[in-house]
Amino acid sequence: MSPIVELKRISKSYGAVKVFEGISLSVKPGEVVAVIGRSGSGKSTMLRCINGLERIQGGEIHVAGHCIKPETKNLQELRLDVGMVFQSYALFPHLTVRENITLAPRVVKKLRSEEADAVAASVLKSVGLIEKIDAYPDSLSGGQQQRVAIARALAMKPKVMLFDEVTSALDPELTGEVLKVMEELAAAGMTMILVTHEMRFAENIADTTVFMHKGKIWEEGASNELFTNPKTPELRGFIQA
Amino acid sequence: MIQTFSWDHVIFLLRGATWTLSLSIISFLVGGAVALLLAPLRVLGPSPVRASISGYVQIVQATPLLIVVFLAFYGLSFLNIHLPPLFAAGISLSIYSSAFLIEIWRGCIQAIGRPQWEAGDALALSLVQQLRYIILPQAFRIAIPPTVGFMVQVVKNTSVVALIGFVELTRAGQLLNNITFQPFAVFLTVAAIYFCVCFPLSLTSKYLSWRINVAHR
Repeated sequence: MSPIVELKRISKSYGAVKVFEGISLSVKPGEVVAVIGRSGSGKSTMLRCINGLERIQGGEIHVAGHCIKPETKNLQELRLDVGMVFQSYALFPHLTVRENITLAPRVVKKLRSEEADAVAASVLKSVGLIEKIDAYPDSLSGGQQQRVAIARALAMKPKVMLFDEVTSALDPELTGEVLKVMEELAAAGMTMILVTHEMRFAENIADTTVFMHKGKIWEEGASNELFTNPKTPELRGFIQA
Repeated sequence: MIQTFSWDHVIFLLRGATWTLSLSIISFLVGGAVALLLAPLRVLGPSPVRASISGYVQIVQATPLLIVVFLAFYGLSFLNIHLPPLFAAGISLSIYSSAFLIEIWRGCIQAIGRPQWEAGDALALSLVQQLRYIILPQAFRIAIPPTVGFMVQVVKNTSVVALIGFVELTRAGQLLNNITFQPFAVFLTVAAIYFCVCFPLSLTSKYLSWRINVAHR
């Protein structure tokens, strides 16, 4: 099966500071890839390159038939196919849950409001929050907000979902509800790339795990294999820590 | 002939006050329209545009309003452009308001954090759509108190146009004082009228902020 996401020797730097260089990664449709590593290893930055939130300085990225090169300006088509969920939820605080979800379908995809509402209802059901449809974000718990953020991304019917440390800002007792939604999404066949600190989730749910270290993909492989049998001392140290 | 301060004089002051109000509204609407266009450009425009707007703001803010008024009224008449006082006053107050409102609203736009922009990016919204649906509505809420605070300043600062002979509230008070010689009666009435305009403005600001916060729960 040909990959749906492919990073080809991409590099990223801020001025003279190199974040990473020559990173290649290939993700098949329906595959769940976990990216782990210490803070500063470049994993979030790499994820953010995939939908163009960060510009790359070299290489190219292919996502669902779209291509990003260092000089690529128009990212809208690509972003229609790539959903993203952030650590800080980034819900729009002035809009209700329904409006948060229907905004992009209405103004970008030009859906009529009944159609958009129907989409909102269906994605909210899938994250188990249909009863909060008219609530404002600040009346929700962190876990609920993050599930709404997932629903908001799903409403655009993306082909790939990116998750950037989506449970890191949550209280431990709230991470479970978010991880469960992600697990269901994985089971439904969504292609997912997630930067995470949840080792058990990476091990159990992700097909592939990528360990980033010092701006490189240090080790990569099937999750069960990688966690039970790390090849490099760096990964061994990271897993035991 | 010296007159005694009477009800008729209060009516005269109130007529002056309508000019104060009209000038305030004109300068707020014109200055506000200019600022609404320039404030986002001040944040997002290409760097020469940002620098020009910033230069405009700095120059106007560093110039006493009275000098702007004199330039518009006396200065332009030297160039054979004779503006009627209402026009000169309206233009100078609009320039003054626009500079301050650009700066106030710039701050409000910048107060909306980067994650909100990125969420819009990730949902494939264009820059204009992000501004229209995500950034400006949030910036608008935090802009209410400082904007109304500035409007109160504008209402009071319209008094400088008395110096080009425009008969607004302060000038009307001056004229009355000259014929009644009752400065306390006259100017306390003037002050009371200013208060009656400005205080409801402040109340409205509180009410709007409160309503927005309530609606949003």
